[in-house]
Amino acid sequence: MGKNDDAKEKSRSIDPASQAMLKKASDANITTAWDRWDGMQPQCGFGSLGICCRICNMGPCRIDPFSGSPEEQCGVCGANADTIVARNLVRMMAGGAAAHSDHGRDVAHTLLMAAEGEAADYEIVGEQRLRDLAEEYGISTEGKEKKALAKEVAEVAFSEFGQQHGALRFIARAPKALQEKWERQGVIPRGIDREIVQVMHCTHIGVENEWKNVLKHGIRAVLGDGWGGSMIATDLSDVLFGSPTPIRATINLGVLDRDKVNVIVHGHEPTLSEMIVAAARDPELVKLAQEKGAKGINLAGMCCTANEILMRHGIPVAGNFLQQELAITTGAVEAMIIDVQCIMPALGDLCELFHTKLVTTSPKCHFPGASVEHIEFHEDAALDTAKRIVRLAIENYPNRKPDAVDIPEITEDLIAGFTAENVYNFLGGRYRATYRPLNNAIIEGRIRGLAGVVGCNNPNVTHDYGHVEMAKELIKNDVLVVETGCSAQACAKAGLLRPETELAGPGLREVCQAVGIPPVLHLGSCVDCSRILVALCNVQAEGGLGDCLSDLPAAGAAPEWMSEKAVSIGFYVACSGVFTTLGTPWPVLGSKAVSDYVYGGMAEDYGGYFAYEKDPIKAAHLMIDHINKKRQALKLRPMMYEQQVAAAGD
Amino acid sequence: MKSMIVVRVDKCLGCKSCEMACAVEHSVSKDLYRAIHESPAPRTRVSVEQGPGFVVPLQCRQCEDAPCVEICPTAALYRADKDSPVVIDHERCIGCKWCIVACPFGVISLDSENRTVIKCDQCFERVERGELPACVSACPTGALELRTLDEVVAEKRQASLVQIERGLGKEED
Repeated sequence: MGKNDDAKEKSRSIDPASQAMLKKASDANITTAWDRWDGMQPQCGFGSLGICCRICNMGPCRIDPFSGSPEEQCGVCGANADTIVARNLVRMMAGGAAAHSDHGRDVAHTLLMAAEGEAADYEIVGEQRLRDLAEEYGISTEGKEKKALAKEVAEVAFSEFGQQHGALRFIARAPKALQEKWERQGVIPRGIDREIVQVMHCTHIGVENEWKNVLKHGIRAVLGDGWGGSMIATDLSDVLFGSPTPIRATINLGVLDRDKVNVIVHGHEPTLSEMIVAAARDPELVKLAQEKGAKGINLAGMCCTANEILMRHGIPVAGNFLQQELAITTGAVEAMIIDVQCIMPALGDLCELFHTKLVTTSPKCHFPGASVEHIEFHEDAALDTAKRIVRLAIENYPNRKPDAVDIPEITEDLIAGFTAENVYNFLGGRYRATYRPLNNAIIEGRIRGLAGVVGCNNPNVTHDYGHVEMAKELIKNDVLVVETGCSAQACAKAGLLRPETELAGPGLREVCQAVGIPPVLHLGSCVDCSRILVALCNVQAEGGLGDCLSDLPAAGAAPEWMSEKAVSIGFYVACSGVFTTLGTPWPVLGSKAVSDYVYGGMAEDYGGYFAYEKDPIKAAHLMIDHINKKRQALKLRPMMYEQQVAAAGD
Repeated sequence: MKSMIVVRVDKCLGCKSCEMACAVEHSVSKDLYRAIHESPAPRTRVSVEQGPGFVVPLQCRQCEDAPCVEICPTAALYRADKDSPVVIDHERCIGCKWCIVACPFGVISLDSENRTVIKCDQCFERVERGELPACVSACPTGALELRTLDEVVAEKRQASLVQIERGLGKEED
């Protein structure tokens, strides 16, 4: 193939393993998300600007942004651009909050079943986490054995979803000053589900019409995600499966093994993937794999469920969101086991072209097509079901077509498994666990500040480019980066999650070397963005860096965002006080009022706000400028090695 | 005329993507996300109109004997050569609106902020670069096409031959 073909693959992904599979796909006339994205061009401007309304049947309506006076134009009901944009945006927020929170609910449900002995395959590994959480919930722990306590904790967590009044319990984790801001805005979530329902109600034709109030309903729902559903998902997963600890592993399509039965678990909830891990280690199944001519069973993860089993078991990661089709395209995957979220509908038809079995396991996720097996996963028969699925993969091994197998021999090492809790031990040592050294490093000007780089992949940005270039630029400027989800996987593939710190600025390098951490920390899956909130609260509580999360020299980013979950995360982070950059804008530019607010004005109400910038390096500098401003406001010392950095940057 | 914008009416869904793309193309930034903040706001030169049972995007037909060019008192409306679209020299236009009145299709409008008339220029700069007019490339259903007169005529003839061969006798329309 000619040069131009390489150029096409390089414009689509910076990851060489992905480029190789894209080439294979294109040679074989297999379409991928990138081809479909090309086919969708040009994308609808009304949708991009958020000024298309399909909420009632008098419509569809849309506002012409170039009419000269879009403020005066209205849909049939009389909703103007501001109302339409705000309603569309908060419905996205509600969708994201629902997805995260339903994940949290499932984990709570599993914990409850485990505690009641109905899900005997789950162990409740994180007993200390359980006891800490019980105390936080105000449950007396004295003399209570693990299961009894777990039952009480699970019931309380469960009740948060249907709670009708008061405040979610984890709201109390936020700094007082932030809680007061929320109180003033009237956005403290009462119950997780209630706020999502309220968004759907208020955006029905003819209910909430004032754009700022529309946004408030959405903000309340997403705070119920970040400080509710997602936080419950994280904490109860730590209780059930144990808190992650730093662990070495490998990532990228090269983790697939030519000689073994390759099983990929893809989706989000650890309740499934944890059991698949256990099943893949079952000696009987390993033996069966050998009988079928394979050297064993090779389990790999994809997307966020990969992060769950990566950080707790060191299971290798096959790739992030945009690599799901490419993994199948290797021709070496016997089964892709999926649960919920970010699983492309395209996988059904794609698997038909290979021997790969697509196994759906959730009552919430089905695919049309004959090559798809639906083996519903229920906690009471978890391990048996997991074994059945793995067996199906093994039995599919003889169907593999050796000629169709191409595994790019590309992997990278990484360290994962950092949490808001174990950072204490890293920084302060086991006997004096504290965030103090981190705060001091910021105050003294070794570390400029903190950045959370999170989110998805999106073919509208060169795959991984947004995450990797941004993270590199941030660490070069002494910003400690924490990541989750597909962003962490992008940077892991680029080698930024290794303990080698040569790309970090001199101050950050010093701290990383002293403490023994990489300059980019992997904090887990996308629900684990809640860990970032807790870590920020810990930094604030440690003292010396202001009263509110918005005082901290910190910023967030979602350079390749695509999902509604990202909208929810973005808003709960910004409404917790963190300035956040986006690779592509929220679909709100059709309303001047709403865009002025989210891209600036909301800072007055919540401390945080957004900016959009496609160039990840420029976006990193927006974050650095923001961090510098916060440093000035706190009167922190100038950066210790500023001049050297300037020289190195030449 | 070298080529013209042709509408396949049966394919138009009335999504107005052509209108938006036209405005962006005639903005300063040529970028949707920036164009909507420009002042004065960029304006579209094509408008999607509702007919009885159909929708159709209307833009300048680039008349051979163009009444707008004939009537313009300041010679602001002109053709660079016989194959070019009719364009406006905004410096010369005094906004007298004669052309708007004279146009049989109502596809010339007044840009009151800029105090000049505006009309479709068939994206001549894009076409010179070998690109399609913005409205044509924006149309998600392929309802808009840029075609030469010869192509259109040839296709019509072929279609009518098929009709004749099928014995239907009449041209379908």
